[in-house]
Amino acid sequence: MAELPRFRLADAPFDAAGLQARLQDARAGACAGFEGRVRDHHDGRAVAGLRYEAYAELAEREGEAIVGDALKRFDIIDAACVHRVGDLAVGELAVWVGVSAAHRDAAFAACRWIIDEVKARVPIWKHERYAEGDAGWLHPGR
Amino acid sequence: MSRRVEVLYFAALRDASGVASERLDTQAADLAALYAELQARHRLPFPQRQLRVAVAGEFAHWGDPVRDGSTVAFIPPVSGG
Repeated sequence: MAELPRFRLADAPFDAAGLQARLQDARAGACAGFEGRVRDHHDGRAVAGLRYEAYAELAEREGEAIVGDALKRFDIIDAACVHRVGDLAVGELAVWVGVSAAHRDAAFAACRWIIDEVKARVPIWKHERYAEGDAGWLHPGR
Repeated sequence: MSRRVEVLYFAALRDASGVASERLDTQAADLAALYAELQARHRLPFPQRQLRVAVAGEFAHWGDPVRDGSTVAFIPPVSGG
């Protein structure tokens, strides 16, 4: 059986609890998860919803490299990450990271590291729609 | 020597160029020169230093040569998560 990807893009809502359950392992005393959700404000403006666009080929390659790096850098058993693309409403799950490890320190640290690296490196872009009717791409540092 | 490349545009770069991708012939020797050419043509709203560049779905270097038949993507600052 082919190995499942540890990072993937999802173009529809996905089940984080089911993914988290797949990380369970008899050696794992700790299972940490992070859920990033669509928030209703940005920079003091009311957000009505957003769209994520990705350069899928590169995003999947880069995301897989990040999770693979985490498995080398931290004393963990398994890790996975899913990032939504497409249109999302306020409150919807945008990104999920799950990590299993023997102990909690490594599970928390790897989970934090993975989401930080994904945000910094993976070619995914957020297009926010504001309650006032306008919309725009977020390009930090521009 | 002219080379034929496919260029992919994302997010604000796609809005500026008006297309998700285009095929074009270029004399540009390296990826930096290709971006300069297209930045002028489409009034792309980023200086090169704010972007990364990818070839064939992998990150590349601005000094890499433009290869005939390759797919080039300019990567504006990302905002996932």
